[in-house]
Amino acid sequence: MAKMDLAPGTVLDGFTIGRVVHKGGMAIFYDVTHPDHAIPMLMKVPILREGEDPATIVGFEMEQMILPRLSGRHVPRYIAKGDFARQPYLVYERVPGDTLYKRLDTLPLPPLEVAAIAAKVATALHDLHGQHVIHLDIKPSNIILRDPDGEAVLIDYGLSHHVQLPDLMDEEFRLPYGTAPYMAPEQVYGIRSDPRSDLFALGVLMYFFTTGVRPFGDPQRLKGLQRRVWWDPVPPRRLQPAIPPWLQEIILRCLAPNPAHRHPTAAQLAFDLTHPEQVTLTPRASKLERDPWGMRMKRRFNPDSFRPDRARVKQLDARINAAPIVVAAIDLSDSHRDLTDAVRVTVARILATLPDARLACLNVQKINLITPDDHLDADGHSIHVQRLVALKDWARTLNIAEDRVTCHVLEAVDAGGAILDYVRSNTVDHVVLGATTSTRLRNILGSVATEIVQKAPCTVTVVRKSRAQDTAAAASVHLA
Amino acid sequence: MRIAFLADIHANLEALEAVRRDAAGRAIDRTIFLGDIVGYGADPGACVDIVRDACAAGAGGLLGNHDEAVDASRFKLNGNAEAAIQWTRAVLSADQKAFLAGLPLSITDESRLYVHASAAKSASFPYVHGLHEARDSLMATDAKLAVVGHVHAPALYHMTVTGKVMGFVPIIDTPIPLSTQRRWLAVMGAVGQPRDGNPAAAYGIYDTATNEMTFARVPYDIERAAAKIRAAGLPDNLWQRLSTGR
Repeated sequence: MAKMDLAPGTVLDGFTIGRVVHKGGMAIFYDVTHPDHAIPMLMKVPILREGEDPATIVGFEMEQMILPRLSGRHVPRYIAKGDFARQPYLVYERVPGDTLYKRLDTLPLPPLEVAAIAAKVATALHDLHGQHVIHLDIKPSNIILRDPDGEAVLIDYGLSHHVQLPDLMDEEFRLPYGTAPYMAPEQVYGIRSDPRSDLFALGVLMYFFTTGVRPFGDPQRLKGLQRRVWWDPVPPRRLQPAIPPWLQEIILRCLAPNPAHRHPTAAQLAFDLTHPEQVTLTPRASKLERDPWGMRMKRRFNPDSFRPDRARVKQLDARINAAPIVVAAIDLSDSHRDLTDAVRVTVARILATLPDARLACLNVQKINLITPDDHLDADGHSIHVQRLVALKDWARTLNIAEDRVTCHVLEAVDAGGAILDYVRSNTVDHVVLGATTSTRLRNILGSVATEIVQKAPCTVTVVRKSRAQDTAAAASVHLA
Repeated sequence: MRIAFLADIHANLEALEAVRRDAAGRAIDRTIFLGDIVGYGADPGACVDIVRDACAAGAGGLLGNHDEAVDASRFKLNGNAEAAIQWTRAVLSADQKAFLAGLPLSITDESRLYVHASAAKSASFPYVHGLHEARDSLMATDAKLAVVGHVHAPALYHMTVTGKVMGFVPIIDTPIPLSTQRRWLAVMGAVGQPRDGNPAAAYGIYDTATNEMTFARVPYDIERAAAKIRAAGLPDNLWQRLSTGR
């Protein structure tokens, strides 16, 4: 392939080459301008030398296949590409903001700041996974916090896997490709199709950013890489006591050698990071010592239960679909008891088919704008706490594991708006709520259901009682 | 230019018509019929006429092993295939048989090669069932893209400059960019007798401008096609397998 001289001022396919922004090991990045594109842009040009690692070329081929397919807030906008026959390049949006690599000099960062950053990265990962792509090279230099909104943007798709396209990297190379400190154990063993590999890498990043120490070091040989299957890192709270137990719980769950023991989806990880009080704490939340020697040796010499089975790796889309975040919006007033029972039956059916699904039970406590501080009843018990107790009681009879259910009482003037906000900010997949069939009650209850059906960006199931039940309920309201 | 590839029609008129209706909505500039127009199905005459008319209007047609076997002195088939071809021989007109006999084994189109079974030993119709045969096929040509049919299940193989071959089962209706850094072998599924577990008619579309290959599936009136095969007195397996796609 011909290589052109890309001196400043050169024009290539209408793009005028500007200054070199960054020169990495595999590619050079130029500022470019184009009369048809007003946004700031980068041109990425692979460095192709004689005897160069073929992964450079294959990685660039992959990125040229994947980036044009991606869209949304969490990826740089694709503009153009150039073929290998003349001059390979990729042009995309120059995302304003710094990569997390710039933070390395300031480590360790305060734990809550790391949790906030990680929540943004997890949200971005969920968006990427929803577009059929597993990044497989999540590390500080591939994450930009976009100015001014601070949203995470993921860059560099040279090692990524697109589940709907041929994987040019797979089986091409004998050694696993990735970045040693961040690579998930299954990646070390050549599996490139598990989205939870990205959660492992994010766990490494959280550990590193909160403690200033990489959990598995920076091994340079395959043997050293494989050690992470059995060699558990020192619990981060030992190195940084300011880390709250809930955050250690999350970090160590991400670092589980077997992907089945991590969060089922990036959305569920983001949910935990943004709802610390709802994280179910296990013994690992407070542990300060590594696993005993015997346990580690057991893992080392019996790796089968920790090494993922290639045949059992589920397809990405199937995995995301099997682990939705489900919201049950519950009206706790006595007159709707039949309806909340009906909602419970429907929720139970949904959860029964989806063992990795997560349920968030919501109740909206209406507040008065004029007297906003009037939230204590005569007995001094917070209505908020009472409702939380009632929600937990509603969920109790579903008989599902504690770590799959959370309960939330939202305080808001407008119930529909509060539920919709919650759905959007937690990437909820499915809302289940009750609505009455009685005309009289529909004016009150039905308006919330209608608003959610119209505006929610996800599936909504509206549950109604059978007609007989409804007539009885309407009659009892009349009598009251 | 957008090129449609239709392989293994196998005298299934319902499937062929459904695919042509689907293709009509996809701005196709040229159609290549990858062979096996006849055999197995109950409408060989109608299918040959459609392909013949299309070829007269600029489409490309290729010879498949079933098409060749219509001429009794040439390639021999086995079992149900032979029973079907004997029946086919009796219902085709002399003109239709002459059209089939005149079809070429391969077509070269710029840097692309079209052939019914494989670029390797095309006259003996080997099956590209996996990486090994795909490698043989890609080694036998220097085309950037070879397009074949014959196995009745879609697949996409690619080979690096160093000769490594990898395979991929295409996702329906997802355009796949064919990197120019490697060479590609696209195996089309069957229009008239799919065997990959999806009974819908299969075909492919290649866009020369974007260098993307799309594998499409089209549901069709299987019951009608099956009833005709049954009424023609052909072996039961030939109509039964249409509804399972096996």
